[in-house]
Amino acid sequence: MPLIRLDTGARSGAFVEDRFFFVPDGKAYPEEKGAIVTLARFQGEKDNLLAHRALIGVRLAAGDNPAVLKNDLPRLAAVVLEFPKFRDGRPFSWARMLRTRYDYRGEIRASGDFLPDQLFFMVRTGFDSFEVRQDFSLVDFDRALNEVSLAYQPSADGRKTIRELRAAR
Amino acid sequence: MAAPQQMLTANRLKDGAVLYWRGGDWVESLTAGEVFDEPAAADAALAAAQDFVGRNLVVTPYLFEVREDICGIHPLKEREIIRAAGPSVRADLGKQAPRRSPAGNPKSDDRKEDRDYVI
Amino acid sequence: MRTARAMYRYDEFDARFVAQRVEQFRGQVARRLSGELSEDQFKPLRLMNGLYLQLHAYMLRVAVPYGTLSARQLRKLAHIARRYDKGYGHFTTRQNIQFNWPRLVDVPDILAELATVEMHAIQTSGNCIRNVTADHFAGAAAGEIEDPRPLAEIVRQWSSLHPEFSFLPRKFKIAVSGAPNDRAALKFHDLAIEIVRDGDGRSGYRVFVGGGMGRTPYIGYVVGEFVEKPDILAFLEAVMRVYNEQGRRDNLYKARIKILANALGQDEMRRQVMLEFEEIKKTGTLALPPEELARIQAYFAPPEFEALSDEMPRAEGDFADWLKTNIAEHRAAGYAIATISLKPIGGVPGDASAEQMEALADLMDELGLAEIRVSHEQNLVLPHVRKKDLPRLHARLAALGLATPNAGLVTDIIACPGLDYCDLANARSIPIAQTISERFADLDRQHHIGELKIKISGCINACGHHHAGHIGILGVDKKGVEFYQLQLGGSGAEDASIGEILGPGFGRNEIADAVERVIGAYLELRRDGERFLDTYRRVGIVPFKNVAYGEELHAAY
Repeated sequence: MPLIRLDTGARSGAFVEDRFFFVPDGKAYPEEKGAIVTLARFQGEKDNLLAHRALIGVRLAAGDNPAVLKNDLPRLAAVVLEFPKFRDGRPFSWARMLRTRYDYRGEIRASGDFLPDQLFFMVRTGFDSFEVRQDFSLVDFDRALNEVSLAYQPSADGRKTIRELRAAR
Repeated sequence: MAAPQQMLTANRLKDGAVLYWRGGDWVESLTAGEVFDEPAAADAALAAAQDFVGRNLVVTPYLFEVREDICGIHPLKEREIIRAAGPSVRADLGKQAPRRSPAGNPKSDDRKEDRDYVI
Repeated sequence: MRTARAMYRYDEFDARFVAQRVEQFRGQVARRLSGELSEDQFKPLRLMNGLYLQLHAYMLRVAVPYGTLSARQLRKLAHIARRYDKGYGHFTTRQNIQFNWPRLVDVPDILAELATVEMHAIQTSGNCIRNVTADHFAGAAAGEIEDPRPLAEIVRQWSSLHPEFSFLPRKFKIAVSGAPNDRAALKFHDLAIEIVRDGDGRSGYRVFVGGGMGRTPYIGYVVGEFVEKPDILAFLEAVMRVYNEQGRRDNLYKARIKILANALGQDEMRRQVMLEFEEIKKTGTLALPPEELARIQAYFAPPEFEALSDEMPRAEGDFADWLKTNIAEHRAAGYAIATISLKPIGGVPGDASAEQMEALADLMDELGLAEIRVSHEQNLVLPHVRKKDLPRLHARLAALGLATPNAGLVTDIIACPGLDYCDLANARSIPIAQTISERFADLDRQHHIGELKIKISGCINACGHHHAGHIGILGVDKKGVEFYQLQLGGSGAEDASIGEILGPGFGRNEIADAVERVIGAYLELRRDGERFLDTYRRVGIVPFKNVAYGEELHAAY
């Protein structure tokens, strides 16, 4: 699946080569790339994984609170948050908690069913990479990120809130 | 028992107006619409309406039950009676509203207008 | 009277935010019309801007934040009604206004016009935090602790395009009040904030959670007994996060926070909210500094009240009747709160024509009134009228057909649009309201009955608040035919209660008779000074059940 990586400063995106390979449960790890594994597999093989692989990512289902990864986050290069349906807004909370509560600096990747028009919210809550369909255009990506530039509330993107902008006037 | 008669309705995308199916196209009034006696014909029309959905001209087409007799077409459900006429509490609104067009034979005028601005 | 600010005014940031949102929606509509977006993709986008597809046409729901409008805004609503719709608007139980006939292609222009008067349709639908509602007597009522609208405005800003809480399990409705008399139906909201005082006389926020109507009505409970003012946004985020994480997403009918609040129970809900609250507070980013609250409060400064005689003008005839019901006690001597009934006998509850809206705006200018309120009871309210101006106000309202003297009486009926307009409805609501209104048109009879709140919904979603009606009526569909269930004993006030279902439903032509019989029973049973609700609470449902079905009907069941 094509992967878009956010260029935070420019508020735009670019297609990038995926550093990871998703390894379904029961399958062998690839030699070259980093590995993304399910939470269950990570919990089962954690010591082995962390000892032998440089790039490890964990894929969470929408119902998995990332608090379970709290102690392992410094060693994880990516956390993948899955949107089972675009209406399911739980990953927005997970991303924000990863960034603001657990101070996670690695990649937070969106996977699954989401709408281009949700990208603004995703970027605000801390996502910085996006698995998209083949026909997805970067024009749509940049548009979705820039249609609305102002925000009333703090989130995880460090953007100055309208209240802060008012104070700086 | 014979299957109930049916009609096909949808809303026009650009303005939301209620439309009724007639012979491969849409009209604005229930009385000008096509009544299907056979479920197969109704289902075929519903399938054909998907083309209009795909062309972004109408939304949410669906079939509903009617009874046609010598007096006209009667939807079986209150919902469709109101949808075909307009709010029951405002006779001046919706399709029941008196037309503002110049006087003439109202029946033939209605038909003509229906044919004129369909989609 | 010096022109007061009276209400929030957009600064350049608010204005740009709304303008950007309008252009975003314009682009979304263009992409829909060109086919770039399918209806499935477009639907959630249009709903986030209050645009529905109803029974006859599109319907646009415009937010009236906490129910406050200026004359300029009211004029703009009239203009939109005339230019883009069919000459009228419908005021709703959530203090919004709905236009029933806009064309999709015009909606971006309508939103652009609204933006010129600092209005929008953001979050009037969708599974997000909806338009915040407030006590319609806010800032004016005698006995109020504080005007709740500054807090409502702060909540409005915080919740607008909230990146974390725009795809909740289900919609989320917040109400605020600053008075001991609950006119905002606090305990029927997903979340409600009541401004209270602690033992030392300091004000703070009591937070309720888990109320709601619909299929399974619940009375909300207290989740935060006394939240310090600077902590309120952190507290709200804590509640929202618990809900976003744990609210049910597997069943549409069990997705509201009331279901979660009931499943967890009060203690566990409080524990989880407090845990989140403590975590969120650590980051500090959501603190509401007193200066910010004061800055917003300054916008809502009341008019500078003149020193006026508190005496009521001499009254007789229609004017005297109107004063009896449509005037409420004001905090300042010489002033009154005037309710403009949108319930003319036999009319459509909550509808106002473009001409009426424009004439009201003119009247506001003439009397120096900066604001008008929309009440959840589908009436309008002028919060700061000089008592000496009341005769002129009444005369002008009478000429506009807006002086119906029935606020709080049996003909002041709440009704949702029902099957006459709504795509979800099972039965009509408005004609039932009209029939009952005509049945009880006689004013002496209305006064003899006293305070009685009839609330009618055309389906289980309960937009007409039937659960909270002293007499509630719920329309149901039985094989394509309309039937109506009676519920008795509900209340949306500080003594909140959920109405009890009387029994089998009544036919379209039987329901007004049944209501009349129930009211007749009350008149026989009541003791001195008892409202319908008081008598009901004393005697219970049985005596009403016995009479409601009448002899003939009773035999049939």
